[in-house]
Amino acid sequence: MSASPASPSATTGTPTVFRLPRIRTEGLPLVPIAILVVLVFLAIFAEWIAPYNPEIGSLSQRFKPPAWAPGGSTEYLLGTDHIGRDVLSRLIFGARVSMMVGFTAVVIAGVLGSTLGILSGYLGGWVDQAIMRVTDTWLALPALTFAIFLAAIVGPSEWNIVIILGAVYWTRYARVIRGEVLSLKERDFVRLAIVAGCSKWTIMRRHLLPNVANTAIVLATLMLGVVIVSEAALSFLGVGVPPPKPAWGLMLADGKKGLMAGYWWLTVFPGVCIVLMVLAANLLGDWLRVKLDPQLRQL
Amino acid sequence: MRRFVLRRAAYAALSLFLLSITIFLFVRVTGDPTVLLVEPGASQADLDALRTELGLDRSLFVQYGTFVRDLVRGDFGRSFYYRTPVLELYVSRLPNSLLLAAAAMVFSLLIGIPSGIMAAVRVGGWWDRGGKIFALLGLSMPSFWVGLLLILFFSVYLGWLPSSGSGTALHVLMPAFALGWYFAAAHMRLARSSMLEVLGSEYVKLARLKGLPEVRVIAKHAFKNALIPVLTLAGINLVLMVNVAVVVETVFAWPGIGRLLYEGIAFRDFPVVQATVLLGGSMIVVVNLVIDLLYAVIDPRIRYER
Repeated sequence: MSASPASPSATTGTPTVFRLPRIRTEGLPLVPIAILVVLVFLAIFAEWIAPYNPEIGSLSQRFKPPAWAPGGSTEYLLGTDHIGRDVLSRLIFGARVSMMVGFTAVVIAGVLGSTLGILSGYLGGWVDQAIMRVTDTWLALPALTFAIFLAAIVGPSEWNIVIILGAVYWTRYARVIRGEVLSLKERDFVRLAIVAGCSKWTIMRRHLLPNVANTAIVLATLMLGVVIVSEAALSFLGVGVPPPKPAWGLMLADGKKGLMAGYWWLTVFPGVCIVLMVLAANLLGDWLRVKLDPQLRQL
Repeated sequence: MRRFVLRRAAYAALSLFLLSITIFLFVRVTGDPTVLLVEPGASQADLDALRTELGLDRSLFVQYGTFVRDLVRGDFGRSFYYRTPVLELYVSRLPNSLLLAAAAMVFSLLIGIPSGIMAAVRVGGWWDRGGKIFALLGLSMPSFWVGLLLILFFSVYLGWLPSSGSGTALHVLMPAFALGWYFAAAHMRLARSSMLEVLGSEYVKLARLKGLPEVRVIAKHAFKNALIPVLTLAGINLVLMVNVAVVVETVFAWPGIGRLLYEGIAFRDFPVVQATVLLGGSMIVVVNLVIDLLYAVIDPRIRYER
């Protein structure tokens, strides 16, 4: 795995009891990039790649197992679901939904949350009070519950989900980054910057932003996963992407109907897709973290 | 410190106030609340009666006053489906939710913190590498999918564990594992990265230069500070646990708050949805207060007060 390299320098390091972390000299994390590229490719060209229409099936073909399982045929490589729709085609179109929802929501949440977190932590005073009270309140509304509540009011749709998730998750960034800034602003380099006559804006942009970028990216990594899983969960519960559309979470909900009968492919494949996408995002984020963290780089 | 405690308590009260306003406004700003609050298929007379009761023709202030008055009385409305006060329903489901969350939290902290610290102390060792794979899998596998796979394996194929319901210790196992799985990985990951950051800091170097034994440097000087982000995350995670529990409880038909919320959506039972959000939020305001207080005790550097 690209995320766990055996650092050559670690074995020849100084003979202290404890070894400090070394620079990781690995190149690009090929596996996660490959997974993401394939998924983006599938999402864009779904119409040309998918063998069947993802929303229409034939009832005579229902619950067909995958090609290699007994009773399966190469006609439906990954089998069919409870109304005879091709699982493979639905998975391919599902990539589009997850990509769109995941990336957009994380960007909305990240930009909003980081900005407010830095402002809140550094400026302090009434700005901090105002932002943190809103953050606390929104955090106090459990994210998925809050999303369900909003979806119940405005009605579920693909774009509503993006806005709902972005609006719900920015508070995580704001709170954690504010905490980081609170600690950073007591450090010498910020005091020196103040003595050197930097404006508040410059300090926040030049001195604080790069120092919280590490945290923001680790958060965004966790967040992309959380958001994709949230979308899947909302769809699973029936308040996410509306039914005929192929979303992975929706497929899991449909798959549960055949679970006790042993129709495993309806539960396994959509889950594998979610895991692959989230895993790729996490691995990539992990690699970025090492590249972007000045503290790790200096050692 | 006493002033600090009082101040945080006042903030918590303010949060509760903002919470009620948020819910109140979202319901009213996005459309006609009677559509949400009245049973599907209600007559025009019922609609008019509710409109008068909510005082929709009056100012928002008066409406909010009525809303809060009902909340303070413990009147969260009646469930359309169960025909009982929502609060009663909520209270009757609460013990189940707490049991599940407690089991899952214990499981996740016991695995997460020690393994994260060990991974940080021996970076690149076999423990670190194994832990990394575990953490990645944990963060990438949605809890409800883990739950579905557990059912597939332990209930459908092996027939060892009950696939749904509650009552015996056996019933708790799979839901608690499914719910705690993600958090164990998250706690481990953060414990590791924050421990690494702390171990690279000046005061740890100084402690080493002073010749303190390594165990003491880690256990006394580094561990406490490395715990701060983990505690913050654990606080946030209590929020998350309620969330993920909605789906896990639905998968396992576990009769907790999450299942209640799911039924609220499925049966278009809006009073139940609203009450679950409000009460869940209130609980978390209290948790946040506790976390903030712990924060100040552990790290004096965070100067909330000058």
